[in-house]
Amino acid sequence: MNLSFFSHIFLAELEVGHHLYWHLGKFTVHGQVLITSWIAIALILTVVVLGTRQLQREPAGLQNFVEYALEFVQGIARAQIGEKNFRPWVPYVGTLFLFIFVSNWMGNLFPWKLIPLPEGELASPTNDINTTAGLALLTSGMYFVAGISKRGLGYFRKYIEPTPVLLPINVLEDFTKPLSLSFRLFGNILAEELVIAVLVLLVPLFIPVPVMILFLFTGAIQALIFSTLSAAYIGEALEGHGGGEHHD
Amino acid sequence: MDPLTSAASVLSAALAIGLASLGPGLGQGNAAAAAMEGVARQPEAEDKIRGNLLVSLAFMEALTIYGLVVALVLLFANPFA
Repeated sequence: MNLSFFSHIFLAELEVGHHLYWHLGKFTVHGQVLITSWIAIALILTVVVLGTRQLQREPAGLQNFVEYALEFVQGIARAQIGEKNFRPWVPYVGTLFLFIFVSNWMGNLFPWKLIPLPEGELASPTNDINTTAGLALLTSGMYFVAGISKRGLGYFRKYIEPTPVLLPINVLEDFTKPLSLSFRLFGNILAEELVIAVLVLLVPLFIPVPVMILFLFTGAIQALIFSTLSAAYIGEALEGHGGGEHHD
Repeated sequence: MDPLTSAASVLSAALAIGLASLGPGLGQGNAAAAAMEGVARQPEAEDKIRGNLLVSLAFMEALTIYGLVVALVLLFANPFA
């Protein structure tokens, strides 16, 4: 459905549920999401490749920045997974953080509305439930991999751990984790864009800018939350005997 | 769309977001108050407390976001339309 009263103001146009459909074989995909996520991936790759091309012993410029980002995501993984076995999980957690962070900021910083599409509109890729559900399911898969590779089939003992009575709740947890992860990110980013669109409709100039700056902050927080929670789930699976808590 | 369905959907979307923000609002207030108290007692633990506070606030925020998702489904992807 199109909010029709928006449509006469070009920059405030807002469409929820309209997509640029691409048909690939039997599948129908949302083209605008793929385009923007490829841009996000290209952006991250460019910065990282340029920053690590000629490594110096004393980092400067872009290399300094890339090292800072690496240390930041290492810090997330270390805090949640623990000093002993966080290393193999830094790439996964870091990828999640960087992709979500760049996607969230892209939605706010790039003037997407100036590039018209035949249908749908370009926006942050994380405002589509398919992106966030994909990332969340990846995390579910990852903590199973973590638990099984660390403790073998003994990993499944956690389902009956304090007592077998809690088995249904423990099984349910595996479904609520990806559900809450994906809905949290999707809802937050979509809500940001809706709020900005409504504000632009009311006052097209200047007034939305502080709110957009606030949403830069919340976008960063959401990326941090997503990667922190993924790392916490992985850490919990690695550690066992935890029942939801983690020790840092 | 049937006018009764539209009216009920709009009303329930408003109720969904309003009611869903009640509980998490109270919870976030409690959490923030406790964190402030913690920082006042132990200013050297501020960084750790801030990190944990943000994570727990985001957990509570998620509950409101579920209400928002329900409201958005009712408004933009209504299954009964």
